[in-house]
Amino acid sequence: MSFEYAPAPESRALVSIKPKYGHFIGGKFVAGGKHFPTINPATEEVLSQIALAGKAEVDAAVKAARKAYTTTWSKLSGKERGKYLYRIARIMQERAREFAVLETLDNGKPIRESRDTDIPLAAAHFFYHAGWADKLEYAGLGTSPKPLGVAGQIIPWNFPLLMLAWKVAPALAAGNTVVLKPAESTPLTALLFAEVCQQAELPAGVVNILTGDGSTGALIVNHPGIDKIAFTGSTEVGKIIARAVASTNKSVTLELGGKAANIVFDDAPIDETVEGIVNGIFFNQGHVCCAGSRLLLQENVAEEVLHKLKNRMEKIRVGDPMDKNTDVGAINSKEQLAKITELAAVGDAEGAERWSPACSLPAKGFWFAPTIFTGVTQAHRIAREEIFGPVLSVLTFRTPQEGIEKANNTPFGLSAGIWSEKGSRTLWASQQLRAGVIWANTFNKFDPTSPFGGYKESGWGREGGRHGLSAYLKGVSHE
Amino acid sequence: MSNRIDVKKTYKLYINGAFPRTESGRTYEVKSAKGVFVANPCLASRKDLRDAVVAARAAHSGWNKATAYNRGQILYRIAEMLEGRRAQFVDEIMQLTGVTKVKAEKEVTDSVDRLVWYAGWTDKIASLAGSTNPVAGPFYNFTIPESMGVVAAIAPETPSLLGFIDVVAPIITSGNTVVVLASTKAPLSAMTFAEVLATSDLPHGVINILTGKKEEIAPWMASHMDIDALDISGLPAKQHGPIKFAGAENLKRIHSFKSADPGRIIAFMEAKTVWHPIGL
Repeated sequence: MSFEYAPAPESRALVSIKPKYGHFIGGKFVAGGKHFPTINPATEEVLSQIALAGKAEVDAAVKAARKAYTTTWSKLSGKERGKYLYRIARIMQERAREFAVLETLDNGKPIRESRDTDIPLAAAHFFYHAGWADKLEYAGLGTSPKPLGVAGQIIPWNFPLLMLAWKVAPALAAGNTVVLKPAESTPLTALLFAEVCQQAELPAGVVNILTGDGSTGALIVNHPGIDKIAFTGSTEVGKIIARAVASTNKSVTLELGGKAANIVFDDAPIDETVEGIVNGIFFNQGHVCCAGSRLLLQENVAEEVLHKLKNRMEKIRVGDPMDKNTDVGAINSKEQLAKITELAAVGDAEGAERWSPACSLPAKGFWFAPTIFTGVTQAHRIAREEIFGPVLSVLTFRTPQEGIEKANNTPFGLSAGIWSEKGSRTLWASQQLRAGVIWANTFNKFDPTSPFGGYKESGWGREGGRHGLSAYLKGVSHE
Repeated sequence: MSNRIDVKKTYKLYINGAFPRTESGRTYEVKSAKGVFVANPCLASRKDLRDAVVAARAAHSGWNKATAYNRGQILYRIAEMLEGRRAQFVDEIMQLTGVTKVKAEKEVTDSVDRLVWYAGWTDKIASLAGSTNPVAGPFYNFTIPESMGVVAAIAPETPSLLGFIDVVAPIITSGNTVVVLASTKAPLSAMTFAEVLATSDLPHGVINILTGKKEEIAPWMASHMDIDALDISGLPAKQHGPIKFAGAENLKRIHSFKSADPGRIIAFMEAKTVWHPIGL
């Protein structure tokens, strides 16, 4: 029996994309010099021409941010700063559908996810941090914590607006001003956010948005006028940043890669677990730093879980991201598709067994079918390296101790999943796992009140909650 | 008794609860403030550091698992043992640094008190640095801070005892284990402190102490892939950059501090957030 879904496309009419964008510096859009295209990865349609910021633009943005910091933003009371953030949150809610459509067009993620996850969470982050602005003395950093100054913020393409919110909201609440660079392939919602700042009448220069590529990011990181760097992206680039700022006084937070274990014990509720596995690795096409990309199955339930997982995967709908029924959308870029394809080929070559459900992929755009590899060992590259795509490596274990040992056998430590009906075992496992976020009997949940961030090579610091806020404040004794 | 020849102490390293000599066979000369020969402590090598890291790594799981109450009692026990040997520490501090007896006594007093202060933090730091998080959904969500693992540290040159304790105590309070390089010019306080540790019920390998040169050991600490974090309070500021650069290889958490503060404990802890659904 098969269910056919009639197409249910979301309307594009809500968004108007300009043929060309400049940078947002000092409260105004400023024409750029060189431009590069941003495309819809589901169709390869060119959506707009995006400006590439060079040294002059970075200088101008840092200068505008510094001016806003010294003349306006640091002079404003926390209460008034908070009101601006509340305004931003409200406008984002009002324009949520527009943001969602734009995000899906530029990123390739299903409209269901941008509409139900990315945009509401982004607005929630501003609403949450708005309330911190006049309560900083209660953040656990002494009676008069101080902002750091100008924050340079570099964000990835997997959750463009949400990552912007994670960076900008705490920075502003704490009294900093920002220079933010969205990812090269997903700049459009950040540019729409610039309009939101204008509508909210945010003082000029408090938020500056520069578009560009890695070269722009490097200029921001190395700019002497920047006091703090916040970066989300690959561990490789994170290390480059850590070295670049080693001899400076810049504060740094890094949210980097992961290779999360999703551990299934033999007492797990199997049907819920299968849903959790699917959500863990196929949410957002697997373009998630905390994705549950290593499935660790206790041996005695491995066969049953795999059988049900494959059944479930047969029902995943891959295709048009704008269709409200789509589960898995387009891979964000040609480069990312090449990387996923290459690592999957390594999986084949190293002897793991590949399986994908039968699914027809659109002819245009960048696509990769949901894939699992079984027979994976800990030494395989697909068990060690972040694939950042819809590819799941399956390993097995016999005893709970062995499961934990395998889970922790990675230089990363961002997240982990636990599936078990036994409370004591769940708490034991969450204690043993060396990861910053543990999802027990759930996966890929996010909230502005909940600190997010990794151990080991998954980064420095947390985002969200009181812990995340402190990354934008100077404490007492800590140099 | 004036003809009696003193029995002098050989100062060695403290690794995994034992007192080995450096594998390198090297020593260096330590003189008193007046320029008189005092001792030939070990000039620790990269290999000694690696051995110490192995011991610290092996000790982490047990120390981390010990209850906060238990860790607090052991830290308090260290304070008790130090109190009982005040005179020896006062003598050594006076001899090597040339400070007055009053000053040396104050340093030892402060050191004992500081240990007691940290002992009390073991079972309180989690409620300060942790939280329950009211997420918008049917989930129980909490954040607990826990130890990072193996932390390496460079103790400041002076004060040789109090500075050493200010570096080491906050690191182990939360359940980390430590490999620490003592003051180069005044290493006796640290090495005698090892004898205090050896009689304090502290599990072997929780604190490992090296003596030697900062410029020799610090870069290896920074690049060692099984060290999770680094306290460089004892390094001159101009050396921080290269150490941070080398530490980026495994993204070590690298900090330095000026005063005793609970922030020192928290800096070497990781925040772990756990989600669990709520339902019937």
